[in-house]
Amino acid sequence: MNVARKLACAVVVAVCAVSLAANWLAPEGYAKQFRETPNAPPSHQHWLGTDDVGRDRFARVLYGTRISLLLAPAAALISTALAVLVGGLAGYLGGIWLRLARGFTDLFLSLPWLFLLITVRALLPLNVSPMVSVLITFFVLGVLGWAASARVLSTSADGLRNSDFILQARASGLHGPRLFFVHVLPNLKPVLYAQFWISIPVFILSEANLGILGLGVAEPMPSWGSLLRELEGLISFREEPWKLAPLLLLIVVMTSFQLLLSNEEVTA
Amino acid sequence: MVSEKALLSKLSPEDMPATEVSQRKTLLWKIARHLGAMAALVLLGGLLSATLVRLAPGFDSDERELDPRLNAESVQALRQSRAGEHKIFSFYAGYLRGALHGDLGVSHALGQPVQALLSERWPVTLRVAGVGLLLAWLLGATLAFTACLWQRPIYEIFGTTVSGVFLCIPAAALALLSVILNKPGYLAVALIVFPKIYRYSRNMLAKAYALPHITAARARGLGEVRILAWHVLPIAGPQMIALAGITVSVALGASIPVEALCGLPGIGQLAWQAALSRDLPLLVNLTVLVTLVTLLANSGADVMNYVLRPHDA
Amino acid sequence: MKTIGRRACLQIAFCFVFFSLVLTADSALAQSGGELRFCLRSEPKTFDPLLVDEDASLSIRYLTGGVLVRVNRHSQELEPELAESWTISKDGRQITFKLRHGILFSDGSPFSAEDVAFTMQRLMDPALHSSTGDSFRSGSGAVSTKIVAPDEIAIIFPAPIAGVDRLFDQVAIMSAHSPKKEAAVLGPFMVAEYKAGSSVLLQRNPNYWKKDSKGRRLPYLDSIRLDIQPNRDVEMLRFKRGELDLINTLDSDYFDRLASSSPGLAHDAGATLDSDFMWFNQVASAPIPEYKRAWFASGNFRRAISQAINRDDLARVVFGGHAQPAIGPVSTSNKFWFNSKLKVEPYRPDAALERLKADGFHLQNGVLFDKSGNAVEFSIVTNAGSKPRERMAVMVQEDLGKLGIKVNVVTLDFPSLIERISQKFNYEAAMLGFRNVDLDPNGQMNIWLSSAEDHAWNPQQKSPATAWEAEIDRLMRAQASSVDPKKRKESFDRVQEIVAEQAPFIYLVNPNALSAVAASVEGANPGILSPQTFWNAERLTVNGTTRASR
Repeated sequence: MNVARKLACAVVVAVCAVSLAANWLAPEGYAKQFRETPNAPPSHQHWLGTDDVGRDRFARVLYGTRISLLLAPAAALISTALAVLVGGLAGYLGGIWLRLARGFTDLFLSLPWLFLLITVRALLPLNVSPMVSVLITFFVLGVLGWAASARVLSTSADGLRNSDFILQARASGLHGPRLFFVHVLPNLKPVLYAQFWISIPVFILSEANLGILGLGVAEPMPSWGSLLRELEGLISFREEPWKLAPLLLLIVVMTSFQLLLSNEEVTA
Repeated sequence: MVSEKALLSKLSPEDMPATEVSQRKTLLWKIARHLGAMAALVLLGGLLSATLVRLAPGFDSDERELDPRLNAESVQALRQSRAGEHKIFSFYAGYLRGALHGDLGVSHALGQPVQALLSERWPVTLRVAGVGLLLAWLLGATLAFTACLWQRPIYEIFGTTVSGVFLCIPAAALALLSVILNKPGYLAVALIVFPKIYRYSRNMLAKAYALPHITAARARGLGEVRILAWHVLPIAGPQMIALAGITVSVALGASIPVEALCGLPGIGQLAWQAALSRDLPLLVNLTVLVTLVTLLANSGADVMNYVLRPHDA
Repeated sequence: MKTIGRRACLQIAFCFVFFSLVLTADSALAQSGGELRFCLRSEPKTFDPLLVDEDASLSIRYLTGGVLVRVNRHSQELEPELAESWTISKDGRQITFKLRHGILFSDGSPFSAEDVAFTMQRLMDPALHSSTGDSFRSGSGAVSTKIVAPDEIAIIFPAPIAGVDRLFDQVAIMSAHSPKKEAAVLGPFMVAEYKAGSSVLLQRNPNYWKKDSKGRRLPYLDSIRLDIQPNRDVEMLRFKRGELDLINTLDSDYFDRLASSSPGLAHDAGATLDSDFMWFNQVASAPIPEYKRAWFASGNFRRAISQAINRDDLARVVFGGHAQPAIGPVSTSNKFWFNSKLKVEPYRPDAALERLKADGFHLQNGVLFDKSGNAVEFSIVTNAGSKPRERMAVMVQEDLGKLGIKVNVVTLDFPSLIERISQKFNYEAAMLGFRNVDLDPNGQMNIWLSSAEDHAWNPQQKSPATAWEAEIDRLMRAQASSVDPKKRKESFDRVQEIVAEQAPFIYLVNPNALSAVAASVEGANPGILSPQTFWNAERLTVNGTTRASR
């Protein structure tokens, strides 16, 4: 495990460093279109080939990493916090609060949020800067992504409420927010970590899907999500395996993160 | 709902002391209240979804408006054709009145009664989402138990990597992959859902295994199966049951891209078509249906936890 | 030994019998024409031939509906079908059809002038709101029909309609009496089964009237299976697997891939009548800043943008060379109506900048400013889900960036997009495609008249906002009311010139008609007019042997 964790650590540091050095590693930038060579295979000029309109895929991966690696975890944090707030707190309080929260969560899980996103796009001006659009998108994703884990959390917290050690803690005079933060929250960690870790790739992918609605990262800015959308025309991958590079990178980074975190998740 | 009735019948009425009779009354009252709340939530779900659809832009527009052959009157008529749906509350009241008489309305996009569409398509979705969910649980739980029972790093790394890979591949790509390899759609649903099951259950199990009294039991040489059955499952079990309830709606969500891409005529594909064409009658019905399924799955999980929880009677 | 030998003999005998069975079955299949399979990209919205409006229903109508006259998809000429001959009166207000004898609907009911009258009356019912019907509406007043004889019918219009005979290509005749209503058809096939969301099965119409030169009844095919499949990747995959026989309007990247792996199957028939274009919002009441409206209203600005777009690059990069840089509203493939004096707007950023300077724009540190000091920035909205259009928008963004113009590309789902461009007018520039099914400019009346709904850049004007729009109005009306093709052509040539000068629509490309036809399909001759591959469906056959070996 130690070797694996060291390796994982090295990967994460390397990816972060390389993406920060994007300006230097890919001086041509992510938007320049080499129109003479669209859809080119890897060469010494374009390490990962070029995309449909001749943009350097390597540069796009580097710049895309910056955005996605920063914002997806931020959104995941929002959704995890909301899950604690609704699920954890309701389970801890019990009674009517629990029933209300569960009803609310079930309802939340069933509504067609797609239409909310369409409305959000309509409320934004058309000439919105790509950065603002990205921020809003990830924020919305974070706000909408909490319900499933909140439902599980409510069960965990509900079980904890009646457990011996909480009763003990209560008997020894601990209550209110302190009891929640000191004794309940740490015991919810397994669910929280799972929620956090799953949300990151899910949000990265959803961001690309929101591009359909005019939300998300606007052209020409790259993101992992928009790079992964190339995967949807999957037929060609036997002939053009280099198009899988963004996917491999995402998998490697996600697995590394997970291995780094795996110990802390359990020991509370 | 069914399980609550089963629960009720378990308490045979003849040889019950007076206290238990009153207990049974409170249980009945609880169930009635629960059913009432469910009905209210389903109705609210339908109304909220109608509101969301109605307020989203593009409700009044139709692709056909761009047809240059249509003259001004026809375009106006096209726009007017949905005038009855402009006022959400009156639309919804009308819908409920119809629903009470067994009429769920007519889909705009497909021009067929919603009832016929739903009854035609639910078996497909039951298969895609249902079998997919079962497979996902089989896969996810096996991986999670393996990683936790034999605490070797290799299982952990394997589980993390495999689930990580499938978590990172877009759902559409997985669906396409199943078409390319000529595999059934439920496999794609299973692959979309299982990483989530694995991650949650692995974390819950690991947490339970890390508790001091289990370490102590292990030190005393208690068998792994006993530890699992007596000590780990009572702790992780309720959460996993709750997770099972939640994964029903996750699997339903996953069946949308899978059905749409694999050309499976199920509820998921219907939902996709309905959303694209702002098909209000169909969308409201689908939301009501999904809310109902979600509520049933989650309440079922709650009830199961309630039954299984050690009660000090 | 003996037993083994006997068993081997038996096996050989069995194999022989089996193969001969397969062979006879195959030849039987080849003779009867077999089953043709291809995809519809969306659910057919209607099976009522008069209400057909979108591609899927259009394909079904083409295959099942019998029409009086048919535009030959290859020669672009009008050919007799259910009508043996027809005449148009001198004033252009009346068309008289002489009908064929002894024709039966698919359910066995006889075909006569009464059915044509019934179809026309139903089509022209103002409450029906049919796009096919609307294309016949020339002036106020009703369309009337007069049954001269059981095999002769006259249709009288309140005002002359130029090119009226060609419009009948779209009118599938319905039976006036058959209890089966729209299910009784006169075309080569009839709908046998429809599974919503999955497939439509067409079977050959046993009563179809046409015979081939050897006297064999058409169609050759027994049936056509149409699978409903919106995803192009899946469609391509199933074609490669041999599960589909045809693909219409193939994406260019798939075309290239197919052309390199199996060159005989990919067909490029040349530029279609369709075009992709962009335009600026010129609606006076649009919720956009006043200074932007002033840019968009300036002919110089629009023309400069047009000059700054590299159309050759669009055709080459986005369509892999399978598109032609567009010149104007008429594709070069429209042999008669295209104004051959016009040329593609050459890519000249320097000239574009000169034009902009004439309007008071100036470059400063690589950013273009207008005369009151506003940086030039606008958004282009386009529909999500069309890869070529998304790529074109990105390339236009880059091209205009070189002039110091900042372009934001926003993809929207179709309903939102339509609401923005046709109701709220809350957009700055839009990029869309126009699927042109009609060779005749009359089909574009609702685009060019300033009072029309589809006058996209500034619809429903009470009176023309500019002199050039007034002139287009006049020319379009002139061509519509004239019966002389030469005069009509003169008017419409002038319209094309004005559009090139003023650039209300900035035409980008005419995509080529790309299609794939499996080796097992015999008799296919893909053309540029829709339906590209199966326009001669009645004469296609599918050879079972080649399909099995694919």
